[in-house]
Amino acid sequence: MTDIAFVRSEMTAAQPAPRSNAGVAAWLRRNLFANATDTVLTILAVVFLLWIIPGLYGFLIGRAVPPGGTVEQCRVENVGACWAYVASEIEFFIYGFYPMAEYWRPNLVFALLALLGAPLLIPHAPLKVINAVLFFVVFPIASVVLLAGGMFGLRYVPTEQWGGLLVTLIISVVGISCALPIGILLALGRQSKLPVIKSLSVCFIELVRAVPLITVLFMASIMLPLFMPQGTTVDKLLRALVGVTLFASAYMAEVVRGGMQAIGRGQYEAAQALGLGYWRRMGLVVLPQALKHVIPGIVGTFISLFKDTSLVYIVGMKDLLEAVKTKNDAIEWAAPTQAVTGYIFAAAVFWIFCFSMSRYARFWERRLDTGHKR
Amino acid sequence: MSDISPVAADRPADRPRMEVSETEVAVEIIGMNKWFADFHVLRDINLKVMKGERIVIAGPSGSGKSTLIRCINRLEDHQKGQIIVNGTELTNDLKRVDEVRREVGMVFQHFNLFPHLTILQNLTLAPIWVRGIPKAQAEETAMMYLERVRIPEQAKKYPGQLSGGQQQRVAIARSLCMSPKIMLFDEPTSALDPEMVKEVLEVMINLAEEGMTMLCVTHEMGFARQVANRVVFMDQGQIIEQNDPESFFSNPQHERTRLFLSQILH
Repeated sequence: MTDIAFVRSEMTAAQPAPRSNAGVAAWLRRNLFANATDTVLTILAVVFLLWIIPGLYGFLIGRAVPPGGTVEQCRVENVGACWAYVASEIEFFIYGFYPMAEYWRPNLVFALLALLGAPLLIPHAPLKVINAVLFFVVFPIASVVLLAGGMFGLRYVPTEQWGGLLVTLIISVVGISCALPIGILLALGRQSKLPVIKSLSVCFIELVRAVPLITVLFMASIMLPLFMPQGTTVDKLLRALVGVTLFASAYMAEVVRGGMQAIGRGQYEAAQALGLGYWRRMGLVVLPQALKHVIPGIVGTFISLFKDTSLVYIVGMKDLLEAVKTKNDAIEWAAPTQAVTGYIFAAAVFWIFCFSMSRYARFWERRLDTGHKR
Repeated sequence: MSDISPVAADRPADRPRMEVSETEVAVEIIGMNKWFADFHVLRDINLKVMKGERIVIAGPSGSGKSTLIRCINRLEDHQKGQIIVNGTELTNDLKRVDEVRREVGMVFQHFNLFPHLTILQNLTLAPIWVRGIPKAQAEETAMMYLERVRIPEQAKKYPGQLSGGQQQRVAIARSLCMSPKIMLFDEPTSALDPEMVKEVLEVMINLAEEGMTMLCVTHEMGFARQVANRVVFMDQGQIIEQNDPESFFSNPQHERTRLFLSQILH
């Protein structure tokens, strides 16, 4: 037999990694030029960027007419984006037909939204409870009073005159704030042991999810009045709000249910064994974990809700996109790139909001990651 | 799992006497039967546990021993017979069930700590929300129990950052924070690496010495010998034999018990 005994006499200290394993060159090689396919793809991507960027730059900035320009400048041949058009119509894009003298009212609502909403989104901001009460109770009432008026000496502005970004934001903020709690309740209802609650939840979810949003909005705006007693009218904006919210709630319910299914039976049992009742079990143990699992799905639903607000044009609301579309036909700004510029502007606004939501969700995902399953 | 040597041989000789009450009944199960759909999983179970008793429930897998202790805090319901815990009979009345659960601690095979909460939050959750104890006081109690299971330095960590043995000790401390009258252990060491079994068993032995009423489903026969005052042997959903550990191990009566012991104590 050969000698198989071995005793280490000295421990090996940690040594710096070889150069090929760290640094810029290593990163480039690993990520861009790892093999022939990667190299080809990298080169193709660079060529594509070289081809597209000058054109984009020329259209958006180089040959574009900056804000303050005239319509004549926008009518020259081979002109770029007509930002002058967007700048001159920006008020319509933001407020719709809201009376100009009253712009301070929506502005105040925007300011309140930022002032009360932002600290609510920052985890360590103080006075969370007061903040939440202000945002979810006081703010909506104040907004309705401010925007609609008709009291406290404020001029009455019917919702037909509201429009643009104002309407887009109203529908999405209300939709987002309501869809999550309603969705959670529906998800809990669907898992309930009480047959009535369970079947009601299932019916609602399956019915709403099986119908296009446009149909829901049509139903809300055309069918609803038929069922109401004669003479009563439901506000058009309110109908759209209810339609969008219920629609998103049904999707949210399924997202939340998916998260709940990822929670092991052991978690429910441990909570039960400690004597926690149903609502505390759900609220303190199951939902915090379930919602964390499905943050991407929740934000996905929020983002599609935000974009779906543009469908309310179907019931005659002028949201941001519809406001842009209306002005794209305006004869006084008729120019080759008028419509394109308008749409680029609308797309950019939508993108800013949706991308912010997405980044904010990533922030929470990282923050809530306690690192380990089990 | 066939370790029959005493778990902690170097124990001080002056350990406190483990008193068993002669009059106070902790758990009484009378003619209890349970079915999973058509399957008769527990059959005619009769068991009376006095306050301060330490019962080890042994038996082959599938014999219904886990199901039995899960019936005691109604994680499973029974279809026939009576289960009376601390003088409260378990029925469909949810309020009564929660009352019983408040007084009965349970430790699971897979720990079931709440992964989204720190160790300290795991321990204070139920005292704060179920018992209504102020947070500061709940945290103080929690730290005391963490010290007793010898991991106070982990209070701010999350369960996923702890070893299995540490997690199980936290799970025991979590139950103790509710000051339960009875503790149920459902194979508390079965999911642990061998070198971590001992640290958990030591905590359980300390608990037994303090007079806690305990029902343990376990394969740790060394633990059974050392702390149990009764071993209950189950097979096919029935109690086959029960006796004090000395007689149970040295002189098993039922043929099934002998077979089981010969397989487990090779």
